[in-house]
Amino acid sequence: MADAAGATTPRAIHPLFVRVTHWVNAFAIFVMVLSGWRIYNASPLFGFEFPPGFTLGGWLAGALAWHFAAMWLLAINGVAYVAYGIVSGHFRRNFLPISLSRALDDVALASRGQLDHAPGRYNAAQRLLYVGVILAAIVAILSGLAIWKPVQLQGLTAVMGGYEAARRVHFFAMAAIVAFLVVHIGLAVMVKGVLAPMFTGRAEVQR
Amino acid sequence: MKRSGLSAFRPQLARLERRLFLKQGLSLGALSLLSGCTLKDDDAVDRLLFAMSRFNDKMQAALFDPAKLAPTYAEGDVTAPFPFNAYYEEKDVPRIDGESYRLRLSGLIADKRPWSLNELRALPQARQITRLVCVEGWSAIGKWRGVALREFLERIGADLTARYVGFKCADKYYSSIDMASALHPQTLLALDFADAKYGYPLRLRIPTKLGFKNPKFIHEMFVANDYPGGYWEDKGYNWFSGS
Repeated sequence: MADAAGATTPRAIHPLFVRVTHWVNAFAIFVMVLSGWRIYNASPLFGFEFPPGFTLGGWLAGALAWHFAAMWLLAINGVAYVAYGIVSGHFRRNFLPISLSRALDDVALASRGQLDHAPGRYNAAQRLLYVGVILAAIVAILSGLAIWKPVQLQGLTAVMGGYEAARRVHFFAMAAIVAFLVVHIGLAVMVKGVLAPMFTGRAEVQR
Repeated sequence: MKRSGLSAFRPQLARLERRLFLKQGLSLGALSLLSGCTLKDDDAVDRLLFAMSRFNDKMQAALFDPAKLAPTYAEGDVTAPFPFNAYYEEKDVPRIDGESYRLRLSGLIADKRPWSLNELRALPQARQITRLVCVEGWSAIGKWRGVALREFLERIGADLTARYVGFKCADKYYSSIDMASALHPQTLLALDFADAKYGYPLRLRIPTKLGFKNPKFIHEMFVANDYPGGYWEDKGYNWFSGS
């Protein structure tokens, strides 16, 4: 907390647990997406392939090895983050309430440069996007399990609409996550003073 | 369980794996993004990936339910034509004379007498319409008929407590599976399938594993406790590869 006199005293805004799980997740998602693109290229679902230079693994076996190694990191880290979010009240405090109309208002304000970014407080658009990408990640994990184990986890595969449908669900969950990342990383780089606190946890108090 | 069997092969396997991951391994673009390490340093990465693949073998064996049946489909769901897939082109499939064909047996089997096609056909035949899932991602529904592997292993006096059942093929392909999966009720030594190019006269049909674990043109079967590997497995694909 900044006291009245020390206007430049850093203020804690991101808890350590959130920062650590965020960066572990960033690494896991990076590996999952790039190795996943190489796996996709082995049997493309749609009329295109991902540029090999933007994939991980070199060939199908290498990509699968990365994918099935990083999945444990993604899953364990994800479970820890969600458990923390629920138990600590992080989700309740920072994600709720979620409102589409308020999110759109904030996007409109931001596009006119009128949205004040209060460090440590998610605006309505952030809330919607963060909850959205968590749901997309859950769908990606469940559809991934359905593809990996269509016999042992056949109930889950059936929920996804069968093996072939699960491949498509998995693809679109990935696409949603990547679309989120384009916006998320773009804003993190463009908006002043939001990237450093994700490492340090502390925001420089402005003015 | 598999540890001691694997350990005998581990140096060779590790060397082979490492070479493959190194050579064809990480694409430079992705690697340089990844913490800026160079290709020379990725030996540790390869070892980690290899260790994770062995860990995944164990996790999949634990997840495997010997009583859980693969979903079956109706006659009308069968994919036609069924996609041909091998490490060589379709024109290079081995041509095998069914009259002189004998299935050779070796390893931990009491009665190693070779089997002719007629003898195999005289055994009770099981049929199935199941989905074959390729490691590449695509899948196809096919129809197979043949001898339940469990029944055959019991009949020839195979050591059912051994770890592995391995297969050697006329096209120089080879693969191996865990005993629990070999004893699964849907695991077949298939004699009848859509076309000879899919493995005449004998192939393995195991719907609880990926397609490359279904060797075609089998001419020898063995039971062993030492890790036998496989054609694609030795190149880096996960060994258990259960569905």
